[in-house]
Amino acid sequence: MLLVSLALILWAGAWYANARLANGPAADSAMVRLAVPLVFGATLLAMWELIVRGLGVPMVILPAPSVIAATFADRIGTLWEDFVQTFVKGALSGYAIGCVAAFAVAILADRVDFLRRGLLPVGNFMAALPIVGTAPILVMWFGFDWQSKAAVVVVMVFFPMLVNTVAGLAETGAMQRDLMRTYGASYLQTLLKLRIPAAMPFVFNGLKISTTLALIGAIVAEFFGSPIRGVGFRISTSVGQLALDMVWAEIAVAALAGTLFYGAIAAVEKRVTFWHPSHRT
Amino acid sequence: MTDTAPISGQGAGIGRSARAALWMRGIGHTLVPVATIVAAILGLWYLACIPMNAQSSVLAAARAGIAVTPESPAERRQMGGLALALANPEVAVSGAFGQDRARLPAPHQVAAELWAGTAGEPIGSNRSLVYHGWVTLSATLLGFVIGTGLGIALAVGIVHSRVMDMSVLPWAIVSQTVPIIAIAPMIIVVLYSIGIQGIVPKAVISAYLSFFPVVVGMVKGLRSPDGMQLDLLATYGASKAQIFRKLRLPASMPYLFASLKIGIAASLVGAIVGELPTGASAGFGARLLAGSYYGQTEQIWAALFAAAILAALCVGALGVVERALLGRMGMRS
Repeated sequence: MLLVSLALILWAGAWYANARLANGPAADSAMVRLAVPLVFGATLLAMWELIVRGLGVPMVILPAPSVIAATFADRIGTLWEDFVQTFVKGALSGYAIGCVAAFAVAILADRVDFLRRGLLPVGNFMAALPIVGTAPILVMWFGFDWQSKAAVVVVMVFFPMLVNTVAGLAETGAMQRDLMRTYGASYLQTLLKLRIPAAMPFVFNGLKISTTLALIGAIVAEFFGSPIRGVGFRISTSVGQLALDMVWAEIAVAALAGTLFYGAIAAVEKRVTFWHPSHRT
Repeated sequence: MTDTAPISGQGAGIGRSARAALWMRGIGHTLVPVATIVAAILGLWYLACIPMNAQSSVLAAARAGIAVTPESPAERRQMGGLALALANPEVAVSGAFGQDRARLPAPHQVAAELWAGTAGEPIGSNRSLVYHGWVTLSATLLGFVIGTGLGIALAVGIVHSRVMDMSVLPWAIVSQTVPIIAIAPMIIVVLYSIGIQGIVPKAVISAYLSFFPVVVGMVKGLRSPDGMQLDLLATYGASKAQIFRKLRLPASMPYLFASLKIGIAASLVGAIVGELPTGASAGFGARLLAGSYYGQTEQIWAALFAAAILAALCVGALGVVERALLGRMGMRS
């Protein structure tokens, strides 16, 4: 009980500190903006640890963060192997293929108006469907290894990417296009110098949405069959063995991979679309 | 993008209203291209059946005593589907569209399986897709309602409390970059070990998948009134509750519906994935898994299409509610 009451005291203290920070004079400084969520996250972790220990929650229900961290450090080799299998081989290759294919189709659809009017509603419709359900079919076609996971990822990222790119290519105004025409620019020149750069904020929006979809696709596809490595495989087998510390360690890997992937794309976006109002400070 | 031809051009001469003319133009504008694309997809699908199913159609023909080009089965297995189909065009085409457990069932086979699963079975039957659909849908809806309710509550808290805004919102945004669906198998097993099973674990997964999009969208929506509008209410002496009810809440509706549509799609995926790890006996996820174990491809495709139709119906229903609500509020979406 001591540990549980300690957790509650910690919660109250941290909340008070955050309230002071957030309503204080320095609330808008970058330091405080970073510190408040970090304090909140650290408090949650500490409470998790204290309550799990205090109430003696069994491992098969919820392992303490310290146990998870120990497992993470212990089995870093396995985790790395799973990360390479799921993220580098499955998600990343599928992401690259899917995004490039969607971009090419979007350029084509933009050139042929009939295609655009037909593909856009279909693409919007497909983007809302549970595409991850194609996983069993694709696993059957491409085998258990990473190729089938990449295929699932391709299907998952294709439609959001297509819809965003087509919307982006329609973004330039009539005045800008007229200007290019008075310069005597060809279609290709207009595309390369005006319309693709103008479409970049939309393209990056699609790329960012697709990062999460790629990981979801790669992990869920492994639930339908995989070689004996991979994040999804390890999660489903460790759950079966009730080794929840390993499951949480894999979830930490997936979370880290997802956040870093998104962060990397966002960083590239900042450099490419530096001219956009949302990035000018 | 916009059509610049005068409205009176089409249909005015035969006495149709401008609205009807607009409607006709809309059909010509979207329906024809969409129908063309869908027809093209179906055509490609039928074409793809030929090489995809070539191995087994040629095998069946060889067993029936028809001469096929590479005579030894071992040689045939080495070849790709396309090469085999080109080597035996007649056999490959005639055998491609009616196979049992085909690698790629033809569209009409999937449609027949869908029809048999919905209209051909009594609703309570274990083979009825309506029954499996209801199992998945009930978990989806329960989770969706819980997740949306909690999401809206948290968004209201975030908008009114600066501490919550600064401490919780960054984590809600980061959580969108994390494949949280990976927790699904664990939730099923953990809840099972403390004696909870059935609809609740799946609903929990659906709830947390729809929770974060709703929080982020709703916060954006509740903050969408600009300073001028807030100032106006302040000059009226409106209380915080009044500002919330008369300005923030109505203004947030378009944002809410946008995230509800994302949320219900995510909820459905959550419920389907929630049916995978425990070998659940009912629901679309169970159908997918059972189909992939036993190589029943038609069953997989039928379940997949049924899930897609269900998702489309859910999103469509939300769209109807949105249009009716926003229309009554005087905000045409």
